[in-house]
Amino acid sequence: MKWMKNLKTYTPPAFTVIRDNDRCIRCKACVEQCSFDATFYDEEEDKVWNWDSNCVSCNRCAAICPTEAITIEKRDYSYRRNYSWESHIDGLKKRAIFGGTPVVSMGNDKPYKIYWDHMLLNASQVTNPSIDPLREPMELKTFLGKKPHSISVENVSLKTKLSPQLELDVPIMFAAMSYGALSYNVVEALGRAAKEMGTFYNSGEGGLNKDHYKFKGNIIVQVASGRFGVHKPYLDVGSAIEIKIGQGAKPGIGGHLPGEKVTETISETRMMPQGSDAISPAPHHDVYSIEDLRQLIYALKEATEYTKPIIVKIAAVHNVAAIASGITRAGADIICIDGFKGGTGASPQVIRDNVGLPIELALAVVDERLRSEGIRQDISIIASGGIRNSMDVVKAIALGADAVYIGTAALLAIGCTMCQQCHTGRCAWGITTQDPHLSKRVNPDIASERLINLLKVWSLEIKETMGAMGINSIESLRGNRLNLRGIDLSDRELEILGILPAGE
Amino acid sequence: MYEIDAKDVYYRDLNEQIRNAIKNHNKELVIENVCGQYYIGCGLSDPDVTITLHGVPGNDLGAFMNGPEIVVLDDAQDGVGNTMNGGRIIVHGSAGDVLAYSMRGGSLFIERDVGYRACIHMKAYKEMNPTVVVGGCAGAFMGEYMAGGTLILLGLTKSKNKPITGNYLATGMHGGSIFIRGSVEPHLLWEQVKTEEPSLEDYDLIKENVKEFCNIFKNDYNEIMNEEFVKVVPKSTRPYGDLYIPGP
Repeated sequence: MKWMKNLKTYTPPAFTVIRDNDRCIRCKACVEQCSFDATFYDEEEDKVWNWDSNCVSCNRCAAICPTEAITIEKRDYSYRRNYSWESHIDGLKKRAIFGGTPVVSMGNDKPYKIYWDHMLLNASQVTNPSIDPLREPMELKTFLGKKPHSISVENVSLKTKLSPQLELDVPIMFAAMSYGALSYNVVEALGRAAKEMGTFYNSGEGGLNKDHYKFKGNIIVQVASGRFGVHKPYLDVGSAIEIKIGQGAKPGIGGHLPGEKVTETISETRMMPQGSDAISPAPHHDVYSIEDLRQLIYALKEATEYTKPIIVKIAAVHNVAAIASGITRAGADIICIDGFKGGTGASPQVIRDNVGLPIELALAVVDERLRSEGIRQDISIIASGGIRNSMDVVKAIALGADAVYIGTAALLAIGCTMCQQCHTGRCAWGITTQDPHLSKRVNPDIASERLINLLKVWSLEIKETMGAMGINSIESLRGNRLNLRGIDLSDRELEILGILPAGE
Repeated sequence: MYEIDAKDVYYRDLNEQIRNAIKNHNKELVIENVCGQYYIGCGLSDPDVTITLHGVPGNDLGAFMNGPEIVVLDDAQDGVGNTMNGGRIIVHGSAGDVLAYSMRGGSLFIERDVGYRACIHMKAYKEMNPTVVVGGCAGAFMGEYMAGGTLILLGLTKSKNKPITGNYLATGMHGGSIFIRGSVEPHLLWEQVKTEEPSLEDYDLIKENVKEFCNIFKNDYNEIMNEEFVKVVPKSTRPYGDLYIPGP
């Protein structure tokens, strides 16, 4: 029987599925919905069983169960307690059994310090009045791109030629997540929401399905080391072009879409043979230096006749400030810095959990460095990687970001439960899968509505907070670190963040 | 015929002149005194345009190009045919590093040698099958991560004691085919690729392209085809398939 346990590959299950037999009406909805083979029905006994080893705690069965008969519990650790070893035993065994390195998704889940939660915002009291956003206009409009050092005016019109800009109604964009990683309907929903909200969806490195070219005006296209699906119409459809050097989920390593995920439509979009691995080399092999990066930036500008801003996306790493300075001098219009909490992408676990920097620190040092070099206006900054709520957005902008990317947050809005199985292609919520049976679980009408709701609510929350600070334009919040105070932070951390401690 | 003098012209202005000339329906462009200007032909999509360059063009010649033919009557520098999608580039001389990076369509004919990292991540899709014919020898890392397309290396400039390519030939290759005239020393090859004798169909492909090469550069076809070819092919389309396992 296929449910037989195999001693040779055994590691203890992480979750237990508890089923209330009295409540269960044998409708088998959970059996049909489980895409990880963790639930099955025994006809002889007329009973639904679970195979706990396969359960990933995606909660799909619990959500679908009409009688609330299912509860999923984290299994308590059953080996003898050992502080130094216990979170490493299973991983070590898996490497030894299967001879490969574990790949995981959904970003760094280790309990590193979250600096957002150690920063407090200011509010106006008496000395300058707070503003009520329900009564007074509040400006969230943001322009991303190079700003001129000075402007000249002639006959009441602007004489200075401005660089191309991305115009955002809200300073929140959908991060690069490719069709291939995401299902068709999710891309559709992200595109629609971006259009409705006057913001952008980043296509990721997998190219853009021809059906999604209709989102022209709200698309950022990505050029990564694999150059998948990169051709003239693709570059033309983007409002901006993003060169991906690295991403927070896996700084310094390339991408790898396994052959089994390269279905017919994916092969068409990426323009590569079906069933073959889609390998993105770790570096761009035509970019080995800042000078080479400049060459690629200007190649893309030439190819699009200088009509689009070029974004360079890097992972936040130790030397991020100096690298950002180089990127600015290389001629990029916008830089995206992706913190180590970021990561809708599949990544080897060792990389995901150990490489990179928190976005809060990276953002603060980059903004500071660019200001001190007098080149901050030459480039806009997008912060990404671990933006969880509207207050993270406000704090990011106060630390110096022009806008943020959200990836995980957008997927959560659509239904994701962060079970970290994106790389398996079996997402039970239909988000990160190419299986038509699973991907139809996302209804683009509902999903786009939820994304729109999320951005609307966040916008309101941002306006409320700005109003409380007595600020009526997001421009006045940018880099306004006086509105931040640190709590439970060391002097050195406060210095790096460039903020005062609470009470000072 | 439309002539442009590129002497002392900044690359940005030169490329704008080229684009404007094409917008004004000129089909045959001749550019004199080219001297290292970047991005010539970058992103052009007009299939019936021919651009002839006198002098050495700068990096990224024909990058993201999708149609025209560019003839260089001299050497070319780095990044020829970068992410090229269609069209043809002919170089009457040698070309620099990173030739045909991620090229997906069209063809390149290089009379003499090419530098390091030629044809990295070249790929094919359906009717799009990029072809690169190099008359001379190549540097290290040729065909790295190659995922598709055809690369023919003739080694006509090879001196007796020197290898035809540098080390790390075809590292990470998982698609496409590399044909090398003569032989290739095994130590140059990545362990996950092998050499085999080209099939009759392969020879048809080689002959067709060598004929074209000889037409362009006036070489003796029979002399080139006198020597046998070896084919470098990946052992698997999934060289890294076993490296990763599903995580917790």
